[in-house]
Amino acid sequence: MTTHTLSVLVENKPGVLARVAGLFSRRAFNIHSLAVGQTEHPEISRITVVVDVDELPLEQVTKQLNKLVNVLKIVELESDRSVQRDLLLVKVRCDSRQRADVLQIVDLFRAHVVDVAPDSVVIEAVGNPSKLQALLAAFQPYDVREIVQSGTVAIGRGSRSITERALEKVATA
Amino acid sequence: MAQATAKPGASAPRPSDAAKSRPGAAGATAATTQSTANGTPDADPAAPRMARPTPQSNPDPSLLGREMTGAEAIIRALECAGATDVFGIPGGAILPTYDPLLDSKQLKHVLVRHEQGAGHAAQGYAHATGKVGVCIATSGPGATNLVTAIADANMDSIPMVAITGQVGASMIGTDAFQEADIVGITAPITKHNMLVTDPKDIPKAIAEAFYIASHGRPGPVLVDVAKSAQQAMTTFTWPERIELPGFNSGARPHMKTVQEAARLLATARRPVLYVGGGVIRSGASEGLRRLTDVSGAAVVTTLMARGALPDSHPQHLGMPGMHGTVAAVAALQKADLVVSLGARFDDRVTGKLDSFAPHATIVHADIDPAEIGKNRAVDVPIVGDLKDVFAALVPALEEEHLKHGRPDLEAWWHQLDDWRTTYALGYTPTGDGLSSPQHVIQRLGELNDPESTIYVSGVGQHQMWASQFIRYERPNTWINSGGLGTMGFSVPAAMGAQVGMPDLRVWAIDGDGCFQMTNQELVTCAINQIPIKVAIINNSSLGMVRQWQTLFYDQRYSNTDLHTGHGTARIPDFLKLAEAMGCVGLRCESDADVDATIRTANAINDRPVVVDFTVSRDAMVWPMVAAGKSNDEIQYAHGIAPEWDREEQ
Repeated sequence: MTTHTLSVLVENKPGVLARVAGLFSRRAFNIHSLAVGQTEHPEISRITVVVDVDELPLEQVTKQLNKLVNVLKIVELESDRSVQRDLLLVKVRCDSRQRADVLQIVDLFRAHVVDVAPDSVVIEAVGNPSKLQALLAAFQPYDVREIVQSGTVAIGRGSRSITERALEKVATA
Repeated sequence: MAQATAKPGASAPRPSDAAKSRPGAAGATAATTQSTANGTPDADPAAPRMARPTPQSNPDPSLLGREMTGAEAIIRALECAGATDVFGIPGGAILPTYDPLLDSKQLKHVLVRHEQGAGHAAQGYAHATGKVGVCIATSGPGATNLVTAIADANMDSIPMVAITGQVGASMIGTDAFQEADIVGITAPITKHNMLVTDPKDIPKAIAEAFYIASHGRPGPVLVDVAKSAQQAMTTFTWPERIELPGFNSGARPHMKTVQEAARLLATARRPVLYVGGGVIRSGASEGLRRLTDVSGAAVVTTLMARGALPDSHPQHLGMPGMHGTVAAVAALQKADLVVSLGARFDDRVTGKLDSFAPHATIVHADIDPAEIGKNRAVDVPIVGDLKDVFAALVPALEEEHLKHGRPDLEAWWHQLDDWRTTYALGYTPTGDGLSSPQHVIQRLGELNDPESTIYVSGVGQHQMWASQFIRYERPNTWINSGGLGTMGFSVPAAMGAQVGMPDLRVWAIDGDGCFQMTNQELVTCAINQIPIKVAIINNSSLGMVRQWQTLFYDQRYSNTDLHTGHGTARIPDFLKLAEAMGCVGLRCESDADVDATIRTANAINDRPVVVDFTVSRDAMVWPMVAAGKSNDEIQYAHGIAPEWDREEQ
């Protein structure tokens, strides 16, 4: 099994996310993470799906996705030719004595403190999944109260846009 | 002919005779015409019946811009889409639409007795005519009753549009009376579906539904319309063109892969054309016939493809798979080239997948790219409509022959002919004095004209026998539930087929188990003068399950006795049931009466006829490859394995 990141461009219509997610579960594929949002074109949404799957079944799931009427385009983003980022929010309990140590870790990982209370801080970190894993490991000795993570979002390196062609399809159809 | 009526001593021409005129045999010329065994005309089997549906016939210009209710817009849109027959039942959430339906001159509505019947009728209609079948139901239970038929249409790629009412838009999500999320429920079993809450979107939704259902690989599309949208006023519009940026209706076949396929076909020594239901859906039978004649290859037609090539064609080895002929199964197992045409390497065909056709290079042509490589790795993929595939492949193959000569397939045919004579389809007489179900079904096929009879089966033993022992000479004359295996399919699907093809004779071949699931549609048939004929192959059992209990569960017959046969309580009495439903009921209890009973039934055309053929429950379907076993382990009859390699030793 290897991890693959797919960018799925879909029509921005109700129910499309459910169709895409449903297809993965129906064909017995495990979704690692899933993130969805509008693109630069309001009629197109972009779903980033990270799946654990072998090459051959991946081809099958891509073909099945392509059969969904609302799916415009599917691109696999390989890690060395794309930028992949997750957002992590973590709430750590710390009083004034521990705060300096916690802030040092925050600086090391180029993260930010976005909320401070007398007995806790909320830290925001952006990075690829392995960086965020390392950050969480660094907080292990402390009392981590809550973690929330976004799904991975990814974009190809260089000037090419994958939405452009899909948009042409929408415009000329 | 060869395999279809293979009782020893049957008067069919011997396959080896037919083989002499086979174009692939050494010395034959390309122009050789096939000899039809029974003198039936060589008519174009595909001809006018598979006209591609035209989902956007031109709307009446006076309609455009007219103010009307959303309900009327549904009816006008169905008319604009070319629908003429619809099957359904009204109910609360679809009630507004049934009002303008009353005045429609174009739409004939058949009031069924259960929504499942409406769905299967639309399927039978679509299968028989090639047009899009339409069914209508109300929200909640009406819609969920369509689910089985929708799933069935999805598995067997049948173009169908289902219109359902939904509760008013403001009530969606409140668990309102008769509310069900039918769009959510049917998402995995439709090609596409949509919820319409704004009346102005209705015509576009219906136009798109017909387009999607009938283009590319066909399938079912559901349009769920909120009652509030049906009641609101709107201005009727009709889309000038269909705008579906994410919908691929199919690519043109790639010349490069077509040429590679032609090269392989021209050089293979043991080629087999593995023909699936896609050939029927595409209306590509004529192209298949040409490829068959030009290539000289052996042909097998799957359960969904029976009739795609006439059974009388000398290169036709019959059906492959779990209950296929030994010759068809063996041909695939020993082939050096398998050309799959609109088939999907279903487990019922392949048996244990990793031992299926182990020596073969695979060419796979299909309109749906997702089928290619799904189950079996493919050497040469061809994506496209089979009509286009044949149009490109046949000339490419002829060119190969011109350059390199025709391949010598004589040794292959020698072996195939040996298999099909030695292991011809047949059956043994029953031990209990009751009729053999195979005999009944075979006589049904022989006493009806294959050109003008449609057979519609349920699911189980009778389905397999109907596929094995009836000779199909043209496409769309064999209708059954293949992928989903829906018991109860037969009666309502036959009703739909008869509505679509009023001039053809429609025989439903049903089991006593299947019949008890959906027979109430005979009421619909009787009242609407839809004179189908139903042959109940009554073995008083859930026969196929019983066969498995015989073979794999130590003859422990758990819950398979139905008490409908000879010497039982006969509940229900199918004769009385038939008469109660306004049909003629006939009963046949011995071989001696089979022909006369069929003739009597054939002579009745003003009402539906139900014939209770009381048959032996001990008859089993052979040959058989047990589930999960390799096709190499096919049994010709109980405990008898063919000697595969006689010719190779």
